[in-house]
Amino acid sequence: MAALTREETEALIQEVLEIYPEQAKKDRAKHLAVNDQSLEKSNKCITSNRKSLPGVMTIRGCAYAGSKGVVWGPIKDMIHISHGPVGCGQYSRAGRRNYYVGTTGVNTFGTMNFTSDFTEKDIVFGGDKKLAKIITEIEGLFPLHKGISIQSECPIGLIGDDIEAVAKKGNKEIGKPVVPVRCEGFRGVSQSLGHHIANDAIRDWVLGNRDGDDSFPTTPYDVAVIGDYNIGGDAWASRTLLEEMGLRVVAQWSGDGTLAEIENTPKVKLNLIHCYRSMNYIARHMEEKYKIPWIEYNFFGPTKIAESLRRIASHFDDVIKEGAERVIKKYEAEYEAVIAKYKPRLEGKRVMLYIGGLRPRHVIGAYEDLGMEVVGTGYEFGHNDDYDRTIKEMGNATLLYDDVTGYEFEEFVKRVQPDLIGSGIKEKYIFQKMGVPFRQMHSWDYSGPYHGYDGFAIFARDMDMTINNPCWKQVKAPWKKDASSEAVKVAA
Amino acid sequence: MPSVMLKKNPEGKLVFYVPKKDLEEVAESVEFDAADKWGGEVLLADGSKYYFEPIPMPDFPITLRAKRLDSGED
Repeated sequence: MAALTREETEALIQEVLEIYPEQAKKDRAKHLAVNDQSLEKSNKCITSNRKSLPGVMTIRGCAYAGSKGVVWGPIKDMIHISHGPVGCGQYSRAGRRNYYVGTTGVNTFGTMNFTSDFTEKDIVFGGDKKLAKIITEIEGLFPLHKGISIQSECPIGLIGDDIEAVAKKGNKEIGKPVVPVRCEGFRGVSQSLGHHIANDAIRDWVLGNRDGDDSFPTTPYDVAVIGDYNIGGDAWASRTLLEEMGLRVVAQWSGDGTLAEIENTPKVKLNLIHCYRSMNYIARHMEEKYKIPWIEYNFFGPTKIAESLRRIASHFDDVIKEGAERVIKKYEAEYEAVIAKYKPRLEGKRVMLYIGGLRPRHVIGAYEDLGMEVVGTGYEFGHNDDYDRTIKEMGNATLLYDDVTGYEFEEFVKRVQPDLIGSGIKEKYIFQKMGVPFRQMHSWDYSGPYHGYDGFAIFARDMDMTINNPCWKQVKAPWKKDASSEAVKVAA
Repeated sequence: MPSVMLKKNPEGKLVFYVPKKDLEEVAESVEFDAADKWGGEVLLADGSKYYFEPIPMPDFPITLRAKRLDSGED
């Protein structure tokens, strides 16, 4: 199917909105837009970060998911207590595949679930005593942990427990940081506020811990990788490139990261932000308090990697600038071979994306390197500044959808007929049953890494094996196939 | 009275950021921009106006309180 024109896309949006009642139609219309590259600011065309209305299916998560699942969870040598009923912790346990090195249960705790397992009694009488006991027990059972964070689930805010007081007491008792995080699920409109709350908790309870302590030796080439959660090993694939160009990566936030790394971050020379949405808050704070500049970078696909490496190098001296060129040169043959192999198989394929807070714009470059075209994109929980950055990346007259509903997404796919959809687990089976190739772009569909040059090879292979998988030809029952396609098959 | 985070971009222009609103905008003009007196009315690229109590030139980046001046007024 040929690309839709601006008028056709606008008509499509109107057609999809038709089914809603008046009020809902008015509200949803603000969240759907046709991309216009001439716009400087996204607030002229799209509204984002607003409450999803009851009655439409949203794909968003909650503030607890944003804090425990995204920001705090991957810090491997801390124990994160899911404070509240047992379900929140168990269902968010290890699902994001934030890889780490260490011995789980001894010095790292990433895939374990610690919860205070609230019952009726705790709701009625309060859970502070239980929490204090848990902190003591953790210290006894897991003496090598470096600190504890208390991730509040909804009931904590509702019954008014004073977790800050318990945290301060616990901190005195065990002599390690105990961080209360007020990330009750009902706060805000999506997981985005959870990221912000988690960032603020790091700012208030962790970041300043080593202020005035100069025992950590620094170099002029210290950087911190911020907002890379090491999904399927992403941060490792990124870190290699940075180290090869001569930089020293002091901290990884927070994939495969440790508490000490986070405490040492104020000593770096430059903060590198990958996931802008979830960690720009702490970068802005460090810029103000410690005068550390920050830049956004993008390690998806060779074009963007080269661009980012050069941009990062421009903040340093010639040694690093040469290093960046050397790295790009070194991997050139490798990524050219990947493109040569997969581009003929993927050229011209059209992709629709609907992901979280950074990939809807970051992966566009990687698809384009393979000759593919992104024809629609949207954020679950992006804000206006994310859409500002997206408009230029996307082609003219392509679809933008914010907090898309299940119904809208299906209708868009039926009409646009993309060759591939990249979204999450909740969307996967619906679209596979519709016969559309699908990749989970939150967890890389249990593959990865996709960052860096190494990741690009895996990314290209995965896209190829999904799109060109012979199973898509078998989706239709044989007796429902029309005669003409059968004749073609026989002839071939 | 939003809290505004102010910083200089590489071109030396003032960048205005309001976290609550995701507003990130370059300042077109600042009423007082001298070493001993900084502040007053700030006009942003999107046309909105904010007012800062004049203070001696601060060390950017910095967070300051600003008053929103409605674009309709004065």
